[in-house]
Amino acid sequence: MAPSSDEVFSKVQKALVDALGVDDDEVTPEARMMADLGAESIDFLDIIFKLEKAFSISIDRAELFPEDVLTSATYVKDGKVTPDGVAELKKRMPWADLAKFEANPNVQSFGDLLTVNDLCRYIQSKLVG
Amino acid sequence: MRWFWIDRFTAFESGKFASAIKNISLSDEALDDYMPGRPNHPYALIIEGMAQTAGLLVAEVNHFTDRVVLAKVGKAIFHRPVLNGDQLKFYATIESRRDDGAVITGTTHIGDQLQGEIELTFAFLGEQFGNRPLFPNNDLLGMLLTLGMYDVGRDPNGQPLKIPERLLQPDNLTKTK
Repeated sequence: MAPSSDEVFSKVQKALVDALGVDDDEVTPEARMMADLGAESIDFLDIIFKLEKAFSISIDRAELFPEDVLTSATYVKDGKVTPDGVAELKKRMPWADLAKFEANPNVQSFGDLLTVNDLCRYIQSKLVG
Repeated sequence: MRWFWIDRFTAFESGKFASAIKNISLSDEALDDYMPGRPNHPYALIIEGMAQTAGLLVAEVNHFTDRVVLAKVGKAIFHRPVLNGDQLKFYATIESRRDDGAVITGTTHIGDQLQGEIELTFAFLGEQFGNRPLFPNNDLLGMLLTLGMYDVGRDPNGQPLKIPERLLQPDNLTKTK
């Protein structure tokens, strides 16, 4: 049986506390991974290892952080992701809320969008899938 | 200064586990430089010793074709100082390994005493960082032989570990035992 939302959040919270050295109460569903919790790109590797272990799943790093799209000459023009690029991101990341990013698709701000809640939804999509 | 912070492997199980030793000597410059008047082996260099033990363990899996770099020290707890005359033992276990990196857990010991607990994350450099190897083959092989990896190493089937063919090319082999 798939774990409940609370169980998923609890395990994600523990992984983030361990990986980022933040306190439990800082890891709220709304907290942004990079802007609020201070995650850097290398932390995502550590976080992925911890989530894979906690949930016994396999995680493709490109699913969580689609660097290939964000650095693609096809999908990025003048520092902004093109409508085709945004469509590709939505296709890859159906679990993420990209509405704010779509309004101002600046590549630099992409990393600040991912929240703990997004991460939980991603995990749930993997557990169901 | 030679950047070796282990002296020799004492066990090496491909893809799983490695142990190594370092003998701490008063002639080591780092002992005096770190805390004048109270010589002891710096904890940062114990982390480096673990990174060398575990990094080679991780890199060996794909015959040293992955460009393995230390990405993060997830945990480093030390329970006692390491003094001249001590023999420091490193034990490293691969917890998880992916196409883009690996996590290891390790402990260090002096005699029967637990000295340190260390968790490291390694990343494998991708093509965005160019494609040059981190070490010339002959330097790498010389280091592996000096550290005795092939004296104690075992492959996943428990057989003696073999030197990868590509490191044995005649123009790359500068050091033999």
